[in-house]
Amino acid sequence: MFTITVESSPTRQSFQISTGDSVLVGSEKCLSNLIPVGCRGGGCGVCKVRVVEGDYSSKCMSKAHICDAQAADGYVLACRVYPLSDMCIELVKR
Amino acid sequence: MKKGVMRPGHVQIRVLDLEEALEHYRDLLGLIEMDRDTQGRVYLKGWTEVDKFSVVLRKADEPGMDFMGFKVLNNEVLSQLESDLTAYGCDVEQISSGELKGCGRRIRFVAPTGHSFELYAEKEQTGKWGLSNVNPEAWPRGLKGMKATRFDHCLLYGPNVEATYQLFRDVLGFDLAEQVVDPEGNRIAAFLTASMKAHDVAFIDCPEPGKFHHASFFLDSWEQVLRAGDLISMTDTSIDIGPTRHGLTHGQTIYFFDPSGNRNEVFCGGDYHYPDHPPVTWKAEDLGKAIFYHDRVLNERFLSVLT
Ligand code: FES
Ligand SMILES: [Fe+2]
Repeated sequence: MFTITVESSPTRQSFQISTGDSVLVGSEKCLSNLIPVGCRGGGCGVCKVRVVEGDYSSKCMSKAHICDAQAADGYVLACRVYPLSDMCIELVKR
Repeated sequence: MKKGVMRPGHVQIRVLDLEEALEHYRDLLGLIEMDRDTQGRVYLKGWTEVDKFSVVLRKADEPGMDFMGFKVLNNEVLSQLESDLTAYGCDVEQISSGELKGCGRRIRFVAPTGHSFELYAEKEQTGKWGLSNVNPEAWPRGLKGMKATRFDHCLLYGPNVEATYQLFRDVLGFDLAEQVVDPEGNRIAAFLTASMKAHDVAFIDCPEPGKFHHASFFLDSWEQVLRAGDLISMTDTSIDIGPTRHGLTHGQTIYFFDPSGNRNEVFCGGDYHYPDHPPVTWKAEDLGKAIFYHDRVLNERFLSVLT
């Protein structure tokens, strides 16, 4: 279990996530509705967030939504990110 | 008026990971793996399809659709449509025979919605998978997953739906089977057919060109659609919506996503269309019911989640 804290929502909120779930699926399971849900496969870009702090592993994400420069700035697709520690993320305005 | 376009023949889909995609398209949808090529592309088809392949998977950095191809009656028709497309003002690209293994010469053009389409006349025919053409049994044993029978249609999103409809109608001989019209009279969706099916390709208006909404595969019954829903849960596959029914075409359907985020549909039923039938119209104000006949409301994803 890790804690994911979401900044830049109206109030700072957090949810618990089980090992093996992506940040997006963890958010869905907690009914937190904080992160928009799309394809859950790294393709559509609607779940884009920025990692402020924390370790994670990730699977490939569409370059159409996360270019190399954005990746370097910590932008990720939440459906492709698997926490390895507590994390702090920030929502991205679409 | 018919111009010799027969049916959707293939779709090339970009995926982020080929092995994951194969587990999805081969093991879950139940498509048959038919071949691979030197570019690493994988060729598949539904078991009832006579031609060698209908789905091509290509590994890429971003998912989506590379192109959709239609098979035409013969080479004379292909040459005729090639000059008709050029005369209409399309840039027509030549792709030589064999570039897709087992497929003859193709011509490619970009529709005003930003999607690439191909026409071709010849493809190797390997026959229905697992069945003889003489005294065939009802179905082959050993099918996997949803046992998808054939690639049926694509729904594509982009601008200039009207111009694309006109091109498909005037040059390629498609009919408008169904449409969605807004209160000002603009056509915001066009469901087009070259056959008796309710759609062979469909377009919905969206500002971004060349977007892929879904590729759809045909199942035999509502029971099979429910069973597909069971398999989606068993495999923890990303679900979009359903099982439900569409208002448009009245097909019974379930939407889900491949591991790269491309949307798929499996469906059964649906209306039929003859060339003398006027189009069926749905009002844009009732789009919820037109798309999801039972819920009668759109989910946000239907309009915005695309690859
Ligand atoms: S939900 Fe589509 S990219 Fe994450
Ligand atoms: Fe469809």
